Amino acid sequence: MGFYDLIFWLFAFISVASAALMVFSKNVIYSAVGLLFAFFGVAGIYVLLAADFLAIIQIMIYVGGILVLLLFGVMLSHKIGGVQLETGTLHKIPAFIVVGGIFIILFRVISKTVWPLGTAAKEFNPTVEKIGTLLMTDYLIPFEIVSVMLLIALIGAAYIARKERVQ
Amino acid sequence: MPVSNIYVTIFQTFPDKIPDTIFTILLMLAGAVGITVLAALLALIGVYLERKISAHMQDRLGPMHVGWHGVIQTLADALKLLLKEDIVPAAADKKLHLLAPFIVFSATIAAFVVLPFSETLVLSNLNVGIFYVVAISSFVVIGIILAGWASNNKWSLLGGMRSAAQIVSFEIPASLSILVVIMAVGSLNLGDIVQFQNGGILHWLIWKSFPFNLIAFIIFFTASLAELNRAPFDLPEAESEIIAGFHTEYSGMKWAIFFLAEYANMFLVAVIASTLFLGGWSSPFGNFMNYGIFSIFWLFVKSFSLIFIQMWLRWTLPRVRVDQLMYTSWKVLTPFAFLCMIGVGLYMIF
Repeated sequence: MGFYDLIFWLFAFISVASAALMVFSKNVIYSAVGLLFAFFGVAGIYVLLAADFLAIIQIMIYVGGILVLLLFGVMLSHKIGGVQLETGTLHKIPAFIVVGGIFIILFRVISKTVWPLGTAAKEFNPTVEKIGTLLMTDYLIPFEIVSVMLLIALIGAAYIARKERVQ
Repeated sequence: MPVSNIYVTIFQTFPDKIPDTIFTILLMLAGAVGITVLAALLALIGVYLERKISAHMQDRLGPMHVGWHGVIQTLADALKLLLKEDIVPAAADKKLHLLAPFIVFSATIAAFVVLPFSETLVLSNLNVGIFYVVAISSFVVIGIILAGWASNNKWSLLGGMRSAAQIVSFEIPASLSILVVIMAVGSLNLGDIVQFQNGGILHWLIWKSFPFNLIAFIIFFTASLAELNRAPFDLPEAESEIIAGFHTEYSGMKWAIFFLAEYANMFLVAVIASTLFLGGWSSPFGNFMNYGIFSIFWLFVKSFSLIFIQMWLRWTLPRVRVDQLMYTSWKVLTPFAFLCMIGVGLYMIF
């Protein structure tokens, strides 16, 4: 087993184990910590696939942005531990059918896809410049639409959060 | 002796007794240990400097008894902290209380690996260097929030929340002023950014697109002070309001790790600022002493000058209020950072 494989299994283990912690923990803060390490593990796998820019973006957006906001909100909530995860009405049989169906479809997709094995790490090309060029040429319109949508969301959030003006 | 020479020497001593995998792991571990030791040493120097500088600013002498002018005072303090009892509050969340300082410290050390100390002496010459530093620093916020929550103390929680709000807000002007530099250089690699400024004081990025880069430097420096939780932006630790903020319930070595991370972060920010705007390891006098070990010397001179300014500001300015803090970030620094970006863009067009 080479060095590359060793690191891959390490990050894979971190991702899966912390994702499991996130899902099965009854303490919301522990779930958030699980999420933190899951993001970290996935970023590590991105690096191994030679997607350096994506890995950094993963950390920056999910850890630096979303997880901080999540923790910020959760810390203020009164009930942290022992949260009852089941809702009042249960539909166990339909749930099993839907989940089983999704599992079969995903399994088929995974087993039918031809995966490019062991090619990514051998040629490490910087991706930042290519992503930048593509965003400014072929994908300019989607890029601009997304930025306008984010701006609208920002204005909307500020509008909802601001105090009503006293007449 | 350059790093590669050490590598070759070790390789010649043990030609094929060590498998490649283990050798790579050992080499990486050696690098990690080296960086950690460097960070710890710099933190020791930083603490001593802070105590001496603050003392002289307040017309005192500071530590004088341990060693010449108290030079090994911080070493003695570190020893004391190692031997102290570790007190964990009964109502605290034990696991997270233990985990939080290590997240903060390892994020700081992780950011150290991309710093270029000279042309060849850089542990990991990452293509996305500066971006990596910005991203990995967000782990520090998580560590601080967790420390605040896990202590189960209202002052800790308030400190943690203040810290999170502050760092998230000031990250925006800091990143925008970094973007100004990236626009001029056209690379995220810290080594490339220094190479771009090589050739004396007039080539430094701080003078480029005058006066926009100069303003960007001031914005970056101010925002980084806030991200470090240092005075005048030390609201997360405001001792007159919330005792000691997020590390109120920490003692002994765990507290020391927070302290170590804070001073290592000061050095990190100073190195980043001097790399981005002040020419990094390149000599300020063109080709005069612009090689080998002198590169490290220049980088340290620049960084410690910035650290001195950080301390100078801390012991001069009073603490700002929360509303003033948010005003500074959102209504002053962020618009001016955008203005700098537009200005630099205009310079590039015309």
